[in-house]
Amino acid sequence: MSKGYKRKGLESVWDKWGWIFVSLMMAGVILFIFYPIVYSLYLSTFSTRGFLKTFVGFGNYTKLFRDTYFILSLKNILTILVIQVPIMLFLALIFATLLNDPKVKFKAIYRTALFLPAVTSLVAYTVIFRVMFSNDGLVNRVLMTIGLIKEPIRWLLDPFWAKVTLIIALTWRWTGYNMMFYLAGLQNIPIEVYEAAEIDGATKTVQFFKITIPLLKPIILFTTITSTIGTLQLFDEPMNLAAGVVTGSSVGPGNSLLTPSVYIYNVCFKYSPNFGYASALSYIMVIIAAVLAIIQFKVAGEKE
Amino acid sequence: MTRKLRYIFIYFFLTISAFISVFPFYWMIVGSTNSSVDVLKGKLAFGGEFLNNLKNLWENYNLGTVLLNSAKISLFVVVFSIVVSSMAGYGFEIYASKSRNRVYSALLLTMMIPFAALMVPLFRLMYFFNLIDSHWGVILPMIPSVFLTFFFRQSFKQYPKEIIMAARVDGANELRIFFSIVLPSMKSAYAAAAIYAFMTSWNAYLWPLVIIQSEQNKTIVLMISSIASGYTPDFGVVMMAVVIATLPMLVVFFALQKQFVQGVLGSVKQ
Repeated sequence: MSKGYKRKGLESVWDKWGWIFVSLMMAGVILFIFYPIVYSLYLSTFSTRGFLKTFVGFGNYTKLFRDTYFILSLKNILTILVIQVPIMLFLALIFATLLNDPKVKFKAIYRTALFLPAVTSLVAYTVIFRVMFSNDGLVNRVLMTIGLIKEPIRWLLDPFWAKVTLIIALTWRWTGYNMMFYLAGLQNIPIEVYEAAEIDGATKTVQFFKITIPLLKPIILFTTITSTIGTLQLFDEPMNLAAGVVTGSSVGPGNSLLTPSVYIYNVCFKYSPNFGYASALSYIMVIIAAVLAIIQFKVAGEKE
Repeated sequence: MTRKLRYIFIYFFLTISAFISVFPFYWMIVGSTNSSVDVLKGKLAFGGEFLNNLKNLWENYNLGTVLLNSAKISLFVVVFSIVVSSMAGYGFEIYASKSRNRVYSALLLTMMIPFAALMVPLFRLMYFFNLIDSHWGVILPMIPSVFLTFFFRQSFKQYPKEIIMAARVDGANELRIFFSIVLPSMKSAYAAAAIYAFMTSWNAYLWPLVIIQSEQNKTIVLMISSIASGYTPDFGVVMMAVVIATLPMLVVFFALQKQFVQGVLGSVKQ
């Protein structure tokens, strides 16, 4: 009996230590995440102009559905999401599969080279791409020299091509990064699985779709969700790709690079600041991120 | 025969892709040695403007101060965030309890929140603390990293519990066990976490852009962005700044490749 009492005592001592160890983190999270997220819900029911605060209830939320800029920013981001994320993840899967093939040589070199873009800062690589894709810049020059195009492509001056440039840039930066997740996952699949498939006469393509993809499903789901959240938050790239190219307040030609994060930033710090409205906008983004994540879980048919 | 062709195609594809991945690095280094006009034209050969660009950046854009600012912010974020989040990861894993696991799940959910959603209240909070246009205003919200807490909890899962138990029997205090027994034996995980924290703080853009207002407090990333979005930027200088901002990352990457990949991916696989 005394033994039982003693154990209980120890456990409560350990429980106390558990809270001590997490306390610093929790203080930070409460102050810098929990409090802001609750406060921004409260703030989203006000219209603010400087220190002037007017209660508007759901007014901000009805306003944002009629806000053409916000709707446009959502359209832009969804276009990029639907096109860029699948291309990137598919490419990453292919690279990973090829680099997992025991017969392919120089793996370390290829892996390092493909991962290297993930080392760059988002602002730095965007600036490099902006210069490379300028009207009489490197990319147009090369394409014209090898005869693929006759006229320079108006990469950053045309709404369609501006989005293409952004998609190319994003794919360059993140494909190798995602490839590393798949490579780690592939190393857990025993080579015998593929050897058995080989003996059964399955082609490499069949193996890819029937073995690799199903076995990597949890990792594919993970990368899809992180890429989705990342795309919804796009800020550094559109902001710096659009800078200086088009005059005025448009973000990219015809606002083709306007993303929700850029718009929220502009509502806060650029025009006449309205923190209340910005909070409502950002709350909608939280909801969209959550809904997309749930859909992706459902599609993948995973529990938890 | 077709098999051989297959591998020729694979090597061709991989080589082209690797070339595309690496080329912008070559190009930015070449760009830093060229004049603005040559950079815009896409000149592929090294030029003679290297020292000029560096001098220009040093004298007209306060490169020294800017680098010190970036280094200061990164140093504090790295040190504080790995201490705070490794303690939390340890607390959640070693003293696992039902109530703490619930708190942990709530923490993980916050990773879904776009930063833009926290920006406005955080800005007002920093205004309240009088930290607008200060480096601490940038540093403080970057310290509590949920991602690193997750990373450390995963790492501590592999730590043998018997060692902790043995230390307890020897009468060591819990904090001592953590700081002088567990922490020193997890160097690889700490290196990976430090790299992650360094990457995020050194490359941060949106939050410093919100907080920092004066020229003398700018970070290297803010400087690149502001030079490049000027009316007629000198792209030789811009490329030089990009090279300087990327260099520390490249050095860390090639020196500690394994930990770098672990840190960036947040995986703890051996």
